[in-house]
Amino acid sequence: MKIYLPLDSAAVALGADEIAEAIRAEAAARGVTVELIRNGSRGMVWLEPMAEVDTPEGRLAFGPMNLADVPGLFGDLAAHPKAHGLTAALPWMVAQTRLTFARVGLIDPLSLADYRAHGGYAGLTRTLTMDAPAMVAEVTASGLRGRGGAGFPTGIKWKTVSEAKADRKYIVCNADEGDSATFADRMLMEGDPFTLIEGMTIAGLACGATKGFVYIRSEYPIAIDIMTKAVALARAEGLLGASVMGSGKAFDMEIRTGAGAYVCGEETSLLNSLEGKRGTVRAKPPLPALEGFLGKPTVVNNVISLASIPVIFEKGAEFYKGFGLGRSRGTIPLQIAGNVKHGGLYEIAFGLTLGEIVEKIAGGTASGRPVKAVQVGGPLGAYFPRALFDTPFGYEEFAGKDGLIGHAGLTVFDDGADMLKMARFAMEFCAIESCGKCTPCRIGAVRGVETVDRIARGDAAAIPLLTDLCATMKAGSLCALGGFTPYPVLSALTHFPDDFHAQKEAAE
Amino acid sequence: MLDSANTAQRVEEILNDHKGMEGALLPILHAVQAEFGHVPQESLPIIAKALNLSRAEVHGVMSFYHDFRAAPAGRHVVKLCRAESCQSMGADRVAGHARQALGLDWHETSADGRVTLEPVFCLGLCACGPAAIVDGKLHGRLDEAKVDAILRDLDLGGAK
Repeated sequence: MKIYLPLDSAAVALGADEIAEAIRAEAAARGVTVELIRNGSRGMVWLEPMAEVDTPEGRLAFGPMNLADVPGLFGDLAAHPKAHGLTAALPWMVAQTRLTFARVGLIDPLSLADYRAHGGYAGLTRTLTMDAPAMVAEVTASGLRGRGGAGFPTGIKWKTVSEAKADRKYIVCNADEGDSATFADRMLMEGDPFTLIEGMTIAGLACGATKGFVYIRSEYPIAIDIMTKAVALARAEGLLGASVMGSGKAFDMEIRTGAGAYVCGEETSLLNSLEGKRGTVRAKPPLPALEGFLGKPTVVNNVISLASIPVIFEKGAEFYKGFGLGRSRGTIPLQIAGNVKHGGLYEIAFGLTLGEIVEKIAGGTASGRPVKAVQVGGPLGAYFPRALFDTPFGYEEFAGKDGLIGHAGLTVFDDGADMLKMARFAMEFCAIESCGKCTPCRIGAVRGVETVDRIARGDAAAIPLLTDLCATMKAGSLCALGGFTPYPVLSALTHFPDDFHAQKEAAE
Repeated sequence: MLDSANTAQRVEEILNDHKGMEGALLPILHAVQAEFGHVPQESLPIIAKALNLSRAEVHGVMSFYHDFRAAPAGRHVVKLCRAESCQSMGADRVAGHARQALGLDWHETSADGRVTLEPVFCLGLCACGPAAIVDGKLHGRLDEAKVDAILRDLDLGGAK
């Protein structure tokens, strides 16, 4: 009997390790041989821990599992109180277009045989017959843009590095996924680490880089563990090292751990941190593509950008480009979080409206109360009111509404949310995490907290002051931390003015 | 507790393990903290010398990052997520309960050295918040009762 149970952090946080132990104990007590595979999560976090039992018809899903639900896995499966039927037939799975996350949850994350059986290393194999300019052109043609938030065309970045002359070049994977509501990087690294390794290897070959780093935040212990093991396995099989797949071309990589600084998700801070320095932001230019890690040409790409590379080479740029809308091509792993009935990871082509995501896919709030606001793009993203629910999910479309899609995380709030408090939190968070290099961010965030507090005390004169401060931070900050903190603050002020006036009226 | 000669020797061993590594300071600081539970003051000049940095530079790096501790934490470390997704599910309320149950505010360690309470900004458990990491173990969908159960398991009391 074969049972799948995720090792994904979300599943573990909800008791998957204890369920795994109970499954083994139950199997032993019954004298049944069970092959228990700890896989990635299918992304339905509200069903985690979700066990799957392999049957001739396909995998059957059971969740959310409690210890008391374990014995039932060994009895009449159809009668199990947590049975949901075939995983592949669940509405959440059926409507998705899983390209980057195709294998996550399906395979044993640390089995190279499994990875290969599901299309793994087909992309890299194809690149071995291509020269570097052709590889870069393929990425450009796919329309892939940086999934970390900035949305910069990946092919253009690669081209700059590929054409730069230097004795050493580097591929740096930004896995410092610190935005609240985002967990796609984590799920990918935990559930299908070889996809990232393959994507980075292709990047290395295309750009002439022989060394790669994955900078993973310390808050992700399971992802660090899985990635470290996967790199060792890939190296042992000659997929990394002096001659990648016997091609004679070298590429190897190292896993590095962050140290709790949010700002290191900004690429130049990350490079400083990787070099062993304080994680302060560097002024651009010079671009990291020309002077990056240790001053050498460096590709800095997000996990999802790099993990989307293998499928682009496996199925072709045209195939990937066929999904999406406008200038947002391909698929995007939505991360639906916060106060939602159905939260988790949902990969789909760009173009759904915010309302469709929140009402249809997420099923509204967990609390059953009306949705008040949705923060899109993490702590630096704007709060969207219901009135903007018709906004299609795309880079330009969200920018047009004074927002951003960022890393595609969505936090849903019910009507209990106090938007003045959320605006204050945005400033407080910026103050805590500011690297201190530029004044608008370092001082502005502190003043921002004080100014929001003045508004809370009923001082309406502080509102234009806050708007002015936000304009200064937006225009004058070196990076997105100070520059984008005004998005949540101003969107809260613009779309939920009542929350900024209530205190005053109460005082009068 | 190690004496300073032992500390120095162990730090030298760690430095040796990281020889030739590009940008080795963060991995070294992580290793030193894993060994001692914090980054001892006396390790800074040793690290600085090995990397050809000034002691101030090493101190500057160490103090920049939230993870590195200048003094040992409590025997148990409770980190509660304070980020937006967890807030939308009542993290402030749950944190208030934990602070009261432990009698600690953020960044405080109990007088008996048993427990430290810290905020964390995102564990990537945003679809099953409020979330926490307690002595390295992840927890999701927290409420007051679950917090009490976790604290009881650690023999830290929990609310009456």
